[in-house]
Amino acid sequence: MIFLDSLIQGILLGGLYALFAAGLSLVFGIMRLVNLAHGDLIVFGAYLILLLVSLLNLNVFAAALVAAPFMFALGWMLQKFVLNRVLGDDILPPLLVTFGLSIVIQNVLLETWSADSKRLSAGTLETASLAIGPINVGIMPLLIFVSAIVVILVLNQIIYRTSLGRAFRATSDDPVTASLMGVKPKNIFSVATGLAMIVVIIAALYLGVRSNFDPSIGPARLIYAFEAVIIGGLGSLWGTLLGGIIIGVAQTIGATINPEWQILSGHIAFLLVLLVRPRGLLPRAFD
Amino acid sequence: MALLETRDLTAFYGNFQALFGINLTLSEGETLAIIGANGAGKSSLLRTISGVLKSPAESILLEGMPIGHLDADEITSLGIAMIPEGRRLFPSLSVEENLEIGAYGNKQAGYWNLNNVYDLFPALTKKRNQPGTSLSGGEQQMVAMGRALMSNPRVLLCDEISLGLAPVVIKNLYEAFPEIKNSGASLIIVEQDIVQAMKVSDRVCCMMEGNITLSGTPDELSMDMIHAAYFGEEQS
Repeated sequence: MIFLDSLIQGILLGGLYALFAAGLSLVFGIMRLVNLAHGDLIVFGAYLILLLVSLLNLNVFAAALVAAPFMFALGWMLQKFVLNRVLGDDILPPLLVTFGLSIVIQNVLLETWSADSKRLSAGTLETASLAIGPINVGIMPLLIFVSAIVVILVLNQIIYRTSLGRAFRATSDDPVTASLMGVKPKNIFSVATGLAMIVVIIAALYLGVRSNFDPSIGPARLIYAFEAVIIGGLGSLWGTLLGGIIIGVAQTIGATINPEWQILSGHIAFLLVLLVRPRGLLPRAFD
Repeated sequence: MALLETRDLTAFYGNFQALFGINLTLSEGETLAIIGANGAGKSSLLRTISGVLKSPAESILLEGMPIGHLDADEITSLGIAMIPEGRRLFPSLSVEENLEIGAYGNKQAGYWNLNNVYDLFPALTKKRNQPGTSLSGGEQQMVAMGRALMSNPRVLLCDEISLGLAPVVIKNLYEAFPEIKNSGASLIIVEQDIVQAMKVSDRVCCMMEGNITLSGTPDELSMDMIHAAYFGEEQS
């Protein structure tokens, strides 16, 4: 019974990791850019929601909704004015720029909010649970998991059912030929990063509700996100969800055996998948 | 006024100069064939006109408007479409999606839409949901041609349509050109297959080492003259 409970909690935790990773996967899939500041942007999003909650007296969900267009604009500008300038054949410049951005975000948050831990409150939702047979499942973890599925469904609809999505895929395949079709690759990259930032604010909402956060936790979220993306297969959103679930299940089962093994178990699961399937479980062609 | 004109057009790959002062005109409804050996600068000419390679603004004019400085997507939106060398279909898009992206942004209203492209190339109809790159070379070329037509171009740039294809397939592809011309497009066709190029063109230019070495109508040019211009030999 404990094992079954750990398994279910792990799957639900995987939803949160998939949300951490979905934006990273989207950006990587379209422009082959690894954004090392992704985890810090999630933490920044959590602080932004906290600010809106205190300034406008909103609940956290409404605050995330208000923050979403701002985050889209932030992502769009970040790509247009910073990242587009360093994208090219050499992968090092964007890595260095996003690494620098990560440090800047952490220090700005530290100066503004101090190193004290914060948390977002979702009221009674945090403690509500649902009995499924002998297992009690928290409503919030369930909501997070369902949100992850909805986010991936929506992103897949955009990518595979819209003109914008065709432009995303064409630009990812061959930006020069895409430009001959009238597509502006740099604009497409900016829209993609804006979209990724909307996913980031959803991840930030659930990060802040589910656990404490402080300015320094971004890089660890980036590692979970990165592992989920690699396990799933680069650029595959359903693969990213699967990767998140594998890390989540490994962590909860590891913690059940010994609480000190929680984080280590997730990393070991990542290494094992990497050994067996170096290209990930669901490479992009399966989407 | 010419529909499209180049004036002392130059092009560079880094420090390497590919074009040396090309002067060309294309009239409304005209088909111009550019022939020449490998490395003559034919594809560089089309890549420069389409905006993939940069050039000074005044070196390319569309109805007198300088367009040389524009990006490829801006030039496409003005009605200049290109069928690139080697087809360059998008691997992650199906045949139909490859065609649809040709009309991205609904650039110009006109004759060409999905139905008319499928009528022009019926072989694509049953394969519309397959990945574009899973088709045979000839069918891929049909998709590349249809994709360019979907933007309803005023000027269609065709870069080596016959490349790597069997003669019977090339013949089938060239049979589509009368209908393409009737739709109102003016064409610049870059070809190594001189016979095909001469058949469909109103005027022929021969290039060598980034220069135009011969120009005239197919009736004016003998095979000896073309041979000399093509290989840079003195006429006997």
